[in-house]
Parts: sequence; structure tokens; C-alpha cells
Amino acid sequence: MMEIFTYDFMQNAMIAGILVSFCAGIVGSLIVVNRMVFLAGGIAHSSYGGIGMALYLGIPIFLGAGIFAALSALLIAWLTIEHRERIDSFIGLIWAVGMAIGVLFTDITPGYHSDLMSYLFGSILAVSKSDLYAMALLLAVILLLVHRYYREILAVSYDSQYASLRGIPSRLVYTMLLLGAAMTVVVSIKVVGLILVIALMTIPTYIAERVTRSLYSMMIVSGILAAIFTLCGLLASYIFDLTSGASIILVSATGLMVYFVVSAIYRRILYSTEE
Amino acid sequence: MKEKERTSVIKVSGVDFAYDRQKVLRNIEFEIYAGEFAAVIGPNGGGKSTLLKLLLGILEPDAGKIEIFGSSPLEVRNEIGYVPQNVDVNTEFPITVLDVVMMGNKNRHTGRRSLLDRMFPIRYNDIEKRCAYSTLEKVGMESFIDRKIGELSGGERQRVMIARALCAHPGLLILDEPTSNIDAKGQKRIYTLLEGLTPELTIFVVSHDLSAVTSYANKVIYVNRESYMHDLSEKPLSIETPEGEHFCEVEMMQMLGERR
Repeated sequence: MMEIFTYDFMQNAMIAGILVSFCAGIVGSLIVVNRMVFLAGGIAHSSYGGIGMALYLGIPIFLGAGIFAALSALLIAWLTIEHRERIDSFIGLIWAVGMAIGVLFTDITPGYHSDLMSYLFGSILAVSKSDLYAMALLLAVILLLVHRYYREILAVSYDSQYASLRGIPSRLVYTMLLLGAAMTVVVSIKVVGLILVIALMTIPTYIAERVTRSLYSMMIVSGILAAIFTLCGLLASYIFDLTSGASIILVSATGLMVYFVVSAIYRRILYSTEE
Repeated sequence: MKEKERTSVIKVSGVDFAYDRQKVLRNIEFEIYAGEFAAVIGPNGGGKSTLLKLLLGILEPDAGKIEIFGSSPLEVRNEIGYVPQNVDVNTEFPITVLDVVMMGNKNRHTGRRSLLDRMFPIRYNDIEKRCAYSTLEKVGMESFIDRKIGELSGGERQRVMIARALCAHPGLLILDEPTSNIDAKGQKRIYTLLEGLTPELTIFVVSHDLSAVTSYANKVIYVNRESYMHDLSEKPLSIETPEGEHFCEVEMMQMLGERR
């Protein structure tokens, strides 16, 4: 059993899992408190268009998906800032059109693409050293920006209109949040895949939101929980020979159920002692 | 004291505003002086919220002029304390009372922070904490400083929002329906608190709660597309609107009830 920790690919997978977990934990917390989960879902799915185009053009997948996701995020930011009343329709449109572009470009690309499913559901065991550098770089940028502009981000997230009145550029912060979500989605492709990344960004943050008193601690707790779920899921996928991305998400969902049960028991004990 | 001798805080002259050609406000005129407790009343859809947005500089008038402390609203942004409606608040947000109050701090977002504070923006220094504490003391919420905002009642939360606005030491406090969704006891406490802040501070409240307004405000502005100002310190509430209708308090409350 212990020999799995000696394999290079497993070590890479675990490091990737931890790096992506903290990206997803921090950005996911901001996405959840800003009620932007559906927006992040739209960006995640539409970036499939970038994967299809990258395959067709023969450029690196990360680059294609990264550019496409960033453009989707900017488009969504512009549409939702200017036309808030039609957000759901626009997101649905971008979501579906992005995926359709991905499918069409894959169709017209010569050759057989056996690893297409891995972009949707992850292939953490295939993480390379350069993937790790990209993940570490993104985490460093996220940590730097969130640390430096924490108060501005907190103000905009809690009450954007008030923040604007205090002179904080809310629109810029909002756009940066969507770009952060887009980049997190891109680096998560290898770990959990485009479709499952939203769960990694929301399940740990749901628990963290309820057990913490500040946005800062929520981001840390989310990152730690996401890392625990990812490593447990990875271990489960190795032992039972399952798809890693799906295992990680199901372990996270199990973690959420455990949280519900424990918090229900805790509340019952608390009420009985109060009585 | 004659109005001419007093300092003008809000001066609205001949303001028109339309959303997509639909005129919402027409020739709005009124002036509020330092230390006054003014209230805007009127039916829903009559343009109260639009007027508030114009005063905050969120919208710009199509015609006419709005002056706050003699300048445009955006120029004196730091002199205006704003308390939004209670319903707009996300109660699940993981944030403490201290964090919320500190959002109002004047120096927080203007770059006038020490190097240590810039390196660790997450922590609050002693000066900031003392400022937050003393502001919370003014609204009687100092013992709640480390509580999560979602754990507070509607009335308590609203007092924290007033503290956030006061943290910047504004000269004018603008409140949007400060007592909506708050019980009668909480409402009384908030209005008494606001009354206690005058005359050092000028208060401008948008409310549909006419009974509260008449008990505490000394100036009432009735807005229904057009405006009519009434000075309560000169005579009891009996409003004659620009359409020539004459209202006493009971009639006005009935009218607001019907339109709501």
C-alpha cells in the first residue's frame, strides 16, 4: 500500500491535487459568497470550445482552454454587468455554444482523440512537471492578489453597491473574480476535469461558509477541505481502480453528508443542554 | 434661524430624470440644511429610490442640478454616509460586525495606510479597532463587535450598518427604508438613535413609514414624480401636493397603504 507514494506519477498527482485544491478553495469561496456559481459553471463548460480549437490548431491544450476561458469570463463579466436582468439566458448560451464549438472542432480534427473524456472528467495521474509549474504559478498569483486586495474584495463581495460608493472599483474586482474562476477551471482540467471542477469549488466552500466567521478563514478551511477530499479521492481511485475525478467529487459529496449528520447531532446536543 | 443663514447640505434644483424616455422625476426642488432630520415619503413607483440614487451619484439628472455641500455628489462621496435597505443584506456571509464596520473607514481604500498595514491588510491595527469600537458604542452595539453578522436580528444588523456609515465621520447620513422588516421596538430604537445624531449630523431618510417620519423628522419631502417640501417645525403635517390635493397624516397613510 505504501509503495504508491514512491511512484513519480503519484507524487505529481498528489502535489497537483493540493495545489488545485487551494486554488479551488480560495476562488470557490469568492465565487460562492458572490453567488456566481452558475457563472463559473458557464465558464467551465464553455472552455471546452478552447480545447477543441487547440486540438484542431495543434497548440497546447492549456493555452487554448486558457484563452477561451478568459474570453468567456470577460464576455460574461461584460454581459452580466451591463444586462443583469438576462444573466441566466446569457450564461446558458455561452455554456452551450462553447461546448458545441469544442465538439465541432474535435470532429474536424484529423485522427482519433482517445483522451477527450479526460478533459471533461480529469486525468490526475497524467499530470506533468510543467502542469505543476502552471498550477503553482496560478496559486501564487491568487494568493498575492487576494492577500493584497483582501479588504477591497471583502467589501465588494459583501455589498458591491456600498463598495462602489466608497470608491472601490467593484466592476474590476468582479471581472478579476471571473478571470480567477476561469484560470482555476483551466488548471483543474487535469485534476477533476471541466465538468467536475464546479463541485470542487462549491462543496468544500459550502461546509467552510458554515463553520467560519470570516471570508479569510473560509478560504483557508475550503482549501484544506478540498485538499483532504482530493487526496482521499485519489487514494480511493488507486485502490478501487476508479476514475480519479469522479472519485474526488464523490468523496467530497460524502464529506458533505458527514458534515450534515455531524452538525445535526451537534445542534441536537446543543438544544438538549440548553433545555 | 432664517434658512438663508444656515449651511446648505443638499440642494436639488429643477431636477428631471427619465428611464428610457419614461419620466420618473419632474422639476424636483428642495433644500436641506445642516443638522436637519429630513424624510422623503411618497407612493411606491413615485421616484423615491431614483431620487436616492441621484443624491448618491449613482445616476445623473437629465436636467437640473444636485449639490451636496456645494459640490456634485461624487466629489463629496466621503462626506456622505449611506445605509442601504435591510433586505439587501446576505445573512449567510461569513463576516463579523468588526469587518462590516471597518468597510466604512475613510482611509481604508484610499492608500493612506502604513507599510505594515499594506503588507497585512487582513489584520486591523489598534487605531482601526478603537475607531470601530467607538462607532459601535454610538449605536449601542459595541458588545457585538466579534459576532457574525448573520447571527444578529434585523434591528441589530441595521444599527451595525448605521455604525459602518458613521465610521467615515460623514456630514450627511442617507438611509434607504431603515426600518423595513424590523419590529416596532427595533424601529423606535433606530429612529431615536438617528434623532440623537442630529444636529451634529444631517439625516436624510427615505421611508414609507409615515408615522415614524412625523414623530422624528422636522422636514418632509413628498415625492410622486414631482416634489413638495413641508417644514414640520413650522406647522403640523398637512401636505398640499403640486396636484392641489391636500393630505393630512391619516389620509396619506391610507393612500400609501392602497398603492403598496
